[in-house]
Parts: sequence; structure tokens; C-alpha cells
Amino acid sequence: MIKLIPRVENSKAMILLSPLLALTLTALSALIIFIFILDDIKVSSVFFTLFVLPLTDSYLFPELLVKAAPLMIIGLGLSIGFRAGIWNIGAEGQYVIGGIAGGAVGLYFYNVEGFWLLPLMALAAIIGGMLYASIAAFLKIRYQVNEILVTLMLTYVAVLFLSAMLQGPLRNPAGFNFPESRIFHDSAMLPIIWGGTRLHVGFIIAIIISFVAWFGIKKHMFGMQIKISGSAPRAAKFAGFNDNKTVLYSLLISGGLAGLAGFFEASGPAGQLTPGLPQFYGFTAIIVAFLARLHPIGILFSSLLIALSYVGGEEVQIEYNLPSSITQIFQGMLLFYFLACDILIKYKVVLNKTKN
Amino acid sequence: MSKGRFSSILKLSVLSTVLAFTSNVSADPVKAAFVYIGPTGDHGWTYAHDEGVKYAKEKLGDDVIMTTIENVAENSDSERVITSLARKNDIVFTTSFGYMNPTVKVAKRYPDVKFEHATGYMLEDNVSVYSARFYEGRHVIGKIAGRMTESNVIGYIASFPIPEVIRGINSAFLAAKSVNPDVQIKVVWVYSWYDPGKEADAANALIAQGADVLMQHTDSTAAMTVAEEKGIYAFGQASNMREWGPNAQLTGIINDWGPYYADRIAAVRDGTWSSSDTFAGVQQGMVKFAPMNNNMPTEVKNEAMKAIIDLSMGAIHPFTGPINKQDGSPWLAEGETPPNFPDLLTMDFYVEGIDSQYPN
Repeated sequence: MIKLIPRVENSKAMILLSPLLALTLTALSALIIFIFILDDIKVSSVFFTLFVLPLTDSYLFPELLVKAAPLMIIGLGLSIGFRAGIWNIGAEGQYVIGGIAGGAVGLYFYNVEGFWLLPLMALAAIIGGMLYASIAAFLKIRYQVNEILVTLMLTYVAVLFLSAMLQGPLRNPAGFNFPESRIFHDSAMLPIIWGGTRLHVGFIIAIIISFVAWFGIKKHMFGMQIKISGSAPRAAKFAGFNDNKTVLYSLLISGGLAGLAGFFEASGPAGQLTPGLPQFYGFTAIIVAFLARLHPIGILFSSLLIALSYVGGEEVQIEYNLPSSITQIFQGMLLFYFLACDILIKYKVVLNKTKN
Repeated sequence: MSKGRFSSILKLSVLSTVLAFTSNVSADPVKAAFVYIGPTGDHGWTYAHDEGVKYAKEKLGDDVIMTTIENVAENSDSERVITSLARKNDIVFTTSFGYMNPTVKVAKRYPDVKFEHATGYMLEDNVSVYSARFYEGRHVIGKIAGRMTESNVIGYIASFPIPEVIRGINSAFLAAKSVNPDVQIKVVWVYSWYDPGKEADAANALIAQGADVLMQHTDSTAAMTVAEEKGIYAFGQASNMREWGPNAQLTGIINDWGPYYADRIAAVRDGTWSSSDTFAGVQQGMVKFAPMNNNMPTEVKNEAMKAIIDLSMGAIHPFTGPINKQDGSPWLAEGETPPNFPDLLTMDFYVEGIDSQYPN
């Protein structure tokens, strides 16, 4: 029998090192897989293309940042709720609603120039995401309905709502009746911060949000409140923290940020609303948040790491004709090793020799 | 005539001689890349494109180096993939509608690379569009379905309400109705091109509503498998799905892209490629059919074969008036056939007689 016994004291060094350890183990496992499926000569070049090229290539590196931005923003929002034990699994839905709300404002003012348009679109997106997440908050506070189910189910509703909008009011009048919006005009597109690439201002905002979240969790009373609500709910009650407020604020923050990410996607790399807006950022951001142990600065790095797996995964597919599942395998292994490392930091493995 | 003009003509002719010379001796193989929306193992849409790629490779041999990339979602990621391919290839084929705007954006940045976009409508100097008249295939299977249904309900699993899919539904319905006035068509929208789970659910839902013949405009073999299990009929989509429905598959619409791909890549090799708009059907061999199942009565088989022959000779058009729209307003007058644009390419209405609600 194998037993897990809690360790009396967790090693601080191991807590910091375990992400690196998990990454190393993932890389080693990937290496073993490659050795099995590839010729010897190719292994090192595939490795290079998967892990290094996206960081060094002048086209792929900005693309990596483009891909990381929405993951970072959504992951940050989710981490706040997760700390409080509020499980918003449907950030994808709030992201879609945010994209629709922001995009609809941009399309309403089609060909109207003005510096005010982008902030207005962002505001609409944030409010859209917040309102959508608040449905789950309301149902939880009023009727104790499980927020996991509500947010998840509302994701499907949001995707269908997007289809309906693109078939109806938001459809491009000159688009051969395909369900796509017009391409946004310049004032409704996010400014590019790296000429000749798709890297937009949203990436900077994502980094600013990381630091604001870090500061907020550390210094602000609400940060303390969600931390205690998550780890010791009874203690939080005795301390006079309001449960309902925790639920509401957690969902509003994660919903608002997911909405903002949806707008960044629509007005950034996509440049229009299409049925392709939802792309699992809301779900992938859950991995991002946990890989970072819900720490805002950690999320900055974990979102880059997950983005690397997408961009590198595409490149090895193009270059070496490997199957597209390479990205998922990589992400799955990473999360698996990370969680395994965490378990082993917190628990001791004891071999129990006595048989029952 | 000024001297300047003359010298520029001279330069031009020298240049074209040089160009002709280099293109003739150039031994470098053409690098061609293909972007797929699904996995090549879908045995439907993407599989058919991949078969086309294999055909072209076999035909052109060492003259071409093929790169394919599967499961590329129709979102902003596709622009990155297309760009990566454009950096390394001479011609890039993007094989789904949702790649249209990304393809055009990338094409503007890489004017020396040729692009071919399937099922879209945006032409540029270095972007061609190509599509097949799948609705001609629907015409044939519509006739068969109209004859084979006993419940008079045909189930239709549809992906997205885009003109191509609407054309298919209308064409199949009109053909079925022409041989069976009581036939009805029920449509389920799954809002995905490839989702075996949803496609199977839709198939079961349609069977529960009385359908005993299934058609699909999605890419997997899920519906065929369900049809085989339930002992009803279905049609292969984009490729021969016989293996999944030996009894169920009456025939299948096969998309044959091979010759087109071989031609276009050869044109790049020979330096003769130019932007073009292709909309080919049974007549040009881009739409073909899987063998008719022996469990069909001979009359039904013959009727279907006749429709195929008529289509291949250009003798019939699946949309021949009089046809009204679903709301009763007239669309085509007696004997009239629709132009490609706008009628066929922007179709956003059901024809009269379909009692499903148009998705809005």
C-alpha cells in the first residue's frame, strides 16, 4: 500500500523550484516521445523549434505575446475567484459576451473616427462580461445555485448568442450573407505597439493588470478577504467578512476581465467578429492560473509558457509534419507534472508494509 | 515616340526573356502548403483535401514539396499559421471559408506568394478562390432520398448557416420533392464543421423526429455510424464513407480536388499561375459520387445515374424555375436558372415547401 502523509513543514525552496522541476520533467518526457517517433537527427531540431524558436524568431516572438495576452488577463481574473473558492469555469462565455459588446459598439460607430471609441468599446466589453458573470453571482447568492454549472452552461448560451448576432444585426451587409461582421475601421482597432507585427496595446494593459492584481491581493483588504474566505471559510465569517460580497466581487472581477480579453481579441488580431471568436482561452486560462499557483506575477510567466506551447506546436507541425495534438500533449504533461510536484511537496509518500 | 518609352519597352522584353529563361531552367521544386480545418482522419472534408494533395504529389513528383497543417481553427490563430507558411512556400492553399480575411491580409504582406482560398469570394492579384458545386451532388442524393424514405422525413445535419450550406439544403429538398411530393426535410444546426459527438446527437435527434434518411454538411463519419446502427440510410459526405455504413450509405458525394491542385501547382512551376475564380461541379469532375449501394432498387439507381449524366453534360440545373422562396415570394420564373452572383453565392433563404424555420 502507498500512503500520502502530510508533511509537517513544506520546503520553501521546493515550492519555488517545483515549476522549474515540472518544466524539466515535461521537456524530458517530450524528448523521450520524440526519440520514439523521430529520427535521431531531427530530435534536437524539433526541440529547438518547439521551445526556442518562438522566443528568438522576430515574427514568432511578438506572436507569442499576442497569444499570451488574453490568457494572462483571463487567468488573472480567474485566480482571484479561485483564491476565494469561487469557481468561475465559464470565463469563455464572459469573454464572448465582452467581444460582442465591445465589437457591437465599434460597429455601431462604423467609420466614425475618434480617440474615445476604443475606451468606450473597452467599457462596454467589461460591463458585458461583468453582467454575464453576475447571473451566476445572483443565482448563487439568492438560491445557492452552484456557480460552476451556471457559468459553464452560460458559455454555450454565449456562443449561440454570437451566432445569432452574426446571422442578424451584426452581419456584414456586403459579406455574401456569411455570418461575419464587417472588418472594424481603424479607430476601432487596437494600436499596434510593435510595427509590422500584430502585437497590440492589450499586452501592455495585461502586464499592468498583473501588477495591480498583485498589489491588490497583497495590500488591499479585499485581497485578504478572498484569501481567508478560500482557505478558512469559517474564520472568514468570524472575522465579519461578507460571503455574498466575496461571491459577487470575485465573479464581477473575473467576468469583467474576461470581457476585456474578448474585446482585445476582436479589436486586435481578429479585427472583426466571426464565429471563430471563442477559442478556449477561457478554459485554457484555468490551466494558466493553476500553473501559477494563482499568483499574479506567476500568471505572467505561465501564460507565456502556454502561449509558447501553441506557437511552437504550430511550427513543429509545419516544419516536421507532426500531429497537432503535440500542443495538447505538452500542456497536459505540464499540468500533470506540476500538480504531482505540488502534491509531493505537501505530502510524504510512505510505503506501508503491513497488508490488510 | 519618346526615347524613354522605347527603352522601357526594351527593358520589359529583356526582363520577360530573362524571366522565361529562369522559369524554364529552374530546377527548384515548388513549395506548396495546405491549411486544414479538421484532422486528415475526419474521413470527410479535410480527408478529401488531403487525398487531393496526395494525388497532386503523385502527379508532380519531385517538382513539388508539400506541407500540410491540420486542425487550424478559423480564428486569429490561422493568420499566424498562414504567415508562417507564406514565409517558406511558393503557394498556400487555405481550405475553409473562415480563413478568408486572414488569407487576404497575409497575401497583401507577401505579394510574391500565391494563395488559393477555398469557398470564399475575395479575389486579389495573388489570391485565387475555388469551390465546388456541391449542390449538384445534393441534387442527386436528394432524388435518391425522396425515393428511399418511407417516413417521408429526411434528416439534415447542417454546420453553419452560410450560403454553401443553404444551397445544399435547398437543392436536396427540391430534388427529393420532385420525385416525392410528400417529402419533408428537418434540419439540425450543430454550429461546427467537425464535432463527432454533436453530429451523432443531431443524427439521433433527427431519427427521433422520424427521419429515415440522413444527409449531412459536417465533416465526420458520426452520422453514418448512427445510421448504420439504427438500420436507416445516409450519404457519404466529401468522401466515400462506405466503411462506416456498408448498408446505410446509399452513395456519397465525393469532393475531388486532386486535378485542381495538380494544375495550380504546375502553373506555379511553369510561371503561368494567375489569380482565378473557380466554381466547378460534376461536369468538370470536381464533384463525384461513391458507388451506388446494391440495396437500392434498380429504378432508383437508374434515376440517380441519369441525373449524374445530365449534370455532367450540363443538361440540367438543380435550381430550375419555377421556384418560390419559403415565404411564397417568387425567386425563379418558369425555366429560369440562377446566376452564380448574387443568387447562388449569397443564398440566405429556404425555398418554398421547407417547413423548418430559417436560422436567425
